[in-house]
Amino acid sequence: MAEKSKHAAHDHPDLSHLPSDAALRVRALESLLIEKRLVRPETIDEYVEKFEHEVGPHNGARVVARSWIDPEFRTRLLEDATSTIEEMGVLGAQASDVVAVENSESVHNLVVCTLCSCYPWTLLGIPPSWYKSYAYRSRVVREPRAVLQDFGVELNENVEVRVWDSTAEVRYLVVPERPTGTEKMNEQELAAIVSRDSMIGAARLEA
Amino acid sequence: MDGVHDMGGMHGFGPIPYEVNQEPFHDDWERRVWGLMFATTPPEDGTLDGVRHNLENMPPHLYLSYRYFERWLYHLTTTVIASGAVTLDEVLSGKAAPNSLTRTDAAGPESVAPYSVTQYRREVDAAPRFSVGDKVRTKNLHPRGHTRLPRYARDKIGEVILHHGAHVLPDTNAHHKGECPTHLYCIKFSARELWGSEADPRDSTSLDVWECHLERA
Repeated sequence: MAEKSKHAAHDHPDLSHLPSDAALRVRALESLLIEKRLVRPETIDEYVEKFEHEVGPHNGARVVARSWIDPEFRTRLLEDATSTIEEMGVLGAQASDVVAVENSESVHNLVVCTLCSCYPWTLLGIPPSWYKSYAYRSRVVREPRAVLQDFGVELNENVEVRVWDSTAEVRYLVVPERPTGTEKMNEQELAAIVSRDSMIGAARLEA
Repeated sequence: MDGVHDMGGMHGFGPIPYEVNQEPFHDDWERRVWGLMFATTPPEDGTLDGVRHNLENMPPHLYLSYRYFERWLYHLTTTVIASGAVTLDEVLSGKAAPNSLTRTDAAGPESVAPYSVTQYRREVDAAPRFSVGDKVRTKNLHPRGHTRLPRYARDKIGEVILHHGAHVLPDTNAHHKGECPTHLYCIKFSARELWGSEADPRDSTSLDVWECHLERA
């Protein structure tokens, strides 16, 4: 197997005779794998259901909202996000080791995976396709300000832009700035205004 | 490997297809690929690093023309063929060969546990060579195999800003050569170090780099 994987590029079989329509290729492979008992259809359904609906940005939003209202929690989150998030029960798939980075008046953080599509699933759900696009992966490390401008994020003069490229099994979670006008909101109300894109660094929050 | 997947800093990919609060799936077949990817019995010696490397090994013209979940489908198809679980003929015909059913242990839905943690950090005896605040230079490496040091960050000077402990080393783990846990650091590089004098002096990119890819600067 080691020898094989060393030359994996040459080992890939020729699949060019398969239908060009991806939906047809998926249906054919799924039915073959079910027939071969390599997969159970109810397990496929469960993976879709759990990751599309049960995990998701509502988990990350709870972490962010708590850091806004609880200074002691915020300090611990910025020092050791992994154990702080573990207490909330939302570590998990693709989010076993987490670093939280906080936006402020002088710093804006933005997360990418230039090499593939690493993303904290249990905290933010399944990534949107723009995050996995070649344009985002290629541009954001070189010209983060132009990318933020395209996203409609206005930066004040003197703001430092910090890009985080997810190259290991460590996931970076952006803690967006708490918008003004939210002083009277409770933790639950605050969590409801924290968008997924703001926790990637692709958006700023408005009250 | 120096493949098309290593695209940090490349020009020419056009505008980012950004939409506010974009849904993760566009078509139902993408959901099926997501589920198949995790629900299908993996090869016994499969690793996440191996998955990444198999995707990198796609012919570049396919990598660049396929949609994201088509790449996963390609990975899954080539993996089940490579592991011997199915044959190319079966994939092409969409039908199992007679008397070819061998497995009965495919995972059931109760195995789906998004909040179960897979840890990549390992305890090691070796002391870390670097500390937070150290200046380091990434090595000028161009391995044929898997690595997580992108081209744009090779042979560059940065500063250690975090030590993550020792983590499984993708360079060996992807190739069934063991986990080789190695100290992992987050290194901050100034935009000017990475992109030259026209880059904004206020900006930086930080990435996680294993100790074996670093030397003291």
